[in-house]
Amino acid sequence: MTRLPDAEKLCEQLVKALRPRVGAKTGMVGLYTGGAWLAERLHKELRIEKPLGLMDIAFYRDDYAARGLKHDPKRTKIPFDVNGAELLLVDDVLYTGRTVRAAMNELFDYGRPASISLVVLADRGGRQLPICAQHCGAELEVPAGMRLALKRDAAGRLALALEPSRAA
Amino acid sequence: MQRNPQLNANGELQHLLSIEGLPREVLLQILDTAESFAGVTEREVKKVPILRGKSVFNLFFEASTRTRTTFEIAAKRLSADVINLNIAVSSQSKGESLLDTVANLSAMQADIFVVRHGSSGAPYLIARHVKPHEHVINAGDGRHAHPTQGLLDLYTIRHYKKDFRALRVAIVGDVLHSRVARSLIHGLTTLGAPEVRVIGPQTLLPSGVESLGVRVHHDMRAGLKDCDVVVMLRLQSERMNGALLPSAQEFFKQYGLTLDKLSGAKPDAIVMHPGPMNRGVEIDSSVADGPHSVILPQVTFGIAVRMAVMSIVAGNR
Repeated sequence: MTRLPDAEKLCEQLVKALRPRVGAKTGMVGLYTGGAWLAERLHKELRIEKPLGLMDIAFYRDDYAARGLKHDPKRTKIPFDVNGAELLLVDDVLYTGRTVRAAMNELFDYGRPASISLVVLADRGGRQLPICAQHCGAELEVPAGMRLALKRDAAGRLALALEPSRAA
Repeated sequence: MQRNPQLNANGELQHLLSIEGLPREVLLQILDTAESFAGVTEREVKKVPILRGKSVFNLFFEASTRTRTTFEIAAKRLSADVINLNIAVSSQSKGESLLDTVANLSAMQADIFVVRHGSSGAPYLIARHVKPHEHVINAGDGRHAHPTQGLLDLYTIRHYKKDFRALRVAIVGDVLHSRVARSLIHGLTTLGAPEVRVIGPQTLLPSGVESLGVRVHHDMRAGLKDCDVVVMLRLQSERMNGALLPSAQEFFKQYGLTLDKLSGAKPDAIVMHPGPMNRGVEIDSSVADGPHSVILPQVTFGIAVRMAVMSIVAGNR
């Protein structure tokens, strides 16, 4: 079993790395579900002025034809003007890059941001699209067939976990 | 046991034909998905790419403006291509059968058929004959069902009242001829509303309506007492020429919703109407335009609900 890094420590590192980048134009958007938890934490610690945005990319996925709408999508809420904002897009794990592609498409339906940077807790490689993270907590090797995901316990503590990936 | 024709082998929604027989989980999936789509309709770009490349055929064998338009808007916001066919004045008048019409449209690569038909059961017939990748949505068949209207009513009630489990809902007027009432009653009971009342003259209530799990009232004031939700039904003008009712004025006197009659309901009661309204027949303008009315929000919610239904069925095989 691969030893997984402590998600809480990775969070601290990200806060430290991001702090110099945060300004009046900074907006943060977290992707459901793990990315939303991470974004809630980062947004608070970094005292970002613009309210936190949360996004479910269900309507922008590229595998709808194969999978349909299987879960009940959460409502995307971006409570600030995306136009001209310097966005930090937050997800828990970066893998194929398809979620990030979908998220960028959705973001542009809200406006034209000045820039988008990708923040992830862990990068497990395996990219299928030309996408990379500007801020990454850790690079991990994860065996194929396994899913790396963020968990949050009742006390709000974050932890990375490996589990067999769900059948498509 | 015969399989529910609306669900595929995995129990997922393949066609939407009626609320009757739909499991609670499917109803909630539709309402929750609609909630997400309601967010889309509030943005500047009110479109998502999910049904790009799909074709939605609106087959209206019976006139309808609002339902057809909201289906069209919903499909367009999902990036589907929409083809509107007013069949009442085309093929049918030339004698083509319903299934031949559908087979021809299927040959034009349809993905979703939205069907409004004067005969109860027509969408079922179509659903039995379409290809596996084609989906049928009932937009009103005869007196039988109007499931997307029922769903948007449920969505509206949940939006304002949050929880079905403590609600008293009254459905008022011409229940006999209303496919809306039937769909809504099934939805409310499935989602756990403890008390659904129907209010109307004996001649406009179907016999044995109690078997649907509703309480029957013939007196408007008694029926509205302490209700959280009042759903007014359209009195169809053609009914007034028959023997069912003395006159529109007489109906308004007894069952028309006025502020005075509404005062017996809960102070925060909402008033709904599927439209089109007959002001001064089933509802007074002071109520229709008043603070209890959520009639126009219903129309807006209807778009999100239809987006949800189309995107759910089109993704299931």
